[in-house]
Amino acid sequence: MKRLVKKHPLAIRWFHWLNFPLLAVMIWSGILIYWAYPRYANLPQTWWRALHINNHLPQGMALHFFFMWLFMINGVLYVLYTLFSGEWRELVPNRHSFREAWHTLLHDLGIRKEAPPPRKFNGAQQIAYTGVLLMGLGSLLSGLAIYKPVQFSWLTKLFLGYQGARFVHFALTVGYVLFFLVHVAQVIRAGWNNFRAMVIGVEVQEVPDVSLVINDEQQ
Amino acid sequence: MSNSDVDRELKRLTRRGFLTMAVAAGAGYAGWKWLHTRARDGGLEWPLRKGLLANERLAEAYFSRARLSPSFRPSDITRARLNGRLGLKSPIDLDAWRLKIEGTASTVALTMDDIRALPRHEQITELRCIEGWSIIVKWTGARLGDLIAAHPPAELPKYVALETPDRGYYVGLDIESAMHPQTLLAYEMNGSPLAPLHGAPLRLAIPVKYGIKNIKRIGTIRYTNIRPADFWAERGYDWYAGH
Repeated sequence: MKRLVKKHPLAIRWFHWLNFPLLAVMIWSGILIYWAYPRYANLPQTWWRALHINNHLPQGMALHFFFMWLFMINGVLYVLYTLFSGEWRELVPNRHSFREAWHTLLHDLGIRKEAPPPRKFNGAQQIAYTGVLLMGLGSLLSGLAIYKPVQFSWLTKLFLGYQGARFVHFALTVGYVLFFLVHVAQVIRAGWNNFRAMVIGVEVQEVPDVSLVINDEQQ
Repeated sequence: MSNSDVDRELKRLTRRGFLTMAVAAGAGYAGWKWLHTRARDGGLEWPLRKGLLANERLAEAYFSRARLSPSFRPSDITRARLNGRLGLKSPIDLDAWRLKIEGTASTVALTMDDIRALPRHEQITELRCIEGWSIIVKWTGARLGDLIAAHPPAELPKYVALETPDRGYYVGLDIESAMHPQTLLAYEMNGSPLAPLHGAPLRLAIPVKYGIKNIKRIGTIRYTNIRPADFWAERGYDWYAGH
């Protein structure tokens, strides 16, 4: 017998789906800025031109410094919500998470048969979702260190200087892209029921037909 | 709930959830299109310009003359990089050059000797280009704040405008950044007199701003309460451009 089970609260779904375009705009405008000084990896100018990235440094900066507020507010509200709702307990890794994450990885690679426990978030997910949140914090801090390196020179110093902060900021962005690729692959693997739950909040579960058993006993 | 009840409820929730998402995605897309079709203010869609201005107000409220750009050791000095010849293209007669100060009771014209007579300061700081690169430079010169104190306007203005003699390049500064102790009128760079393409005879070294505000070959300094024109701010960049 089927039944509907609540999975993701409405607030979490909104934070999640708002974060997607906000992060996309931050990465896009970041690339517009990066073009002006492609320090870590460069493309031929014909490629930049084909992607309409060339010569948009001022627009990139203005977009970045506009949407940074929305990106930050959404992230802060998400953290506050998980804290006050108690949702953080499902998300923050515990001492079993790392072992479980390793087993999950082996399972996903087809090396280990036994599936991860059917909890809302397994150890690998807890580590990934908490990790990406810390990356977000890292982006805000390294971003501030680049944005105001005199007013917050102590912060810039923590990142080993201006160019150090720029490197961290860039590396974290590469990290988001990798996270996104793995995340989407895992969502596809997990199937429609799981994906739909992130949109509508509930998941369909198959349960033994308890009502029939009870009826039998009563008769 | 029977299985068919569950299916019905699931269908209802699915329709509602995906409809909401589609509407939200459509609104987001429309907002993005709207933003990119707004009238431009200084080469930038006006909502983005307003965003920069809001950030500027916040930065100005937080700014303190006591916060300094980090100092470096002489061994940290990097090879100087040349970026931009705006305002340097017309010929210049260094002997005839004068620094004009406008916005005082009567216009002042100073020689290099007048500027060298002001207290001499040296600093090794980072020049950060708006493009993203940065270099470490040793600057020697007089504080802009000392010049302003030596040739004061009737009352402290809100802004200071700086221009090259041919007005091929011009920048505007908020008074707090102009009065910052590390804002120098530099006549030496890395221990040598300024080279022509680095802004001889006198340029600005202002580590509390991006490189674009470090104007070379200064011809005129003007005190004003009207926000001065700024070459790059007219071309889509942030007017404040502060660190």
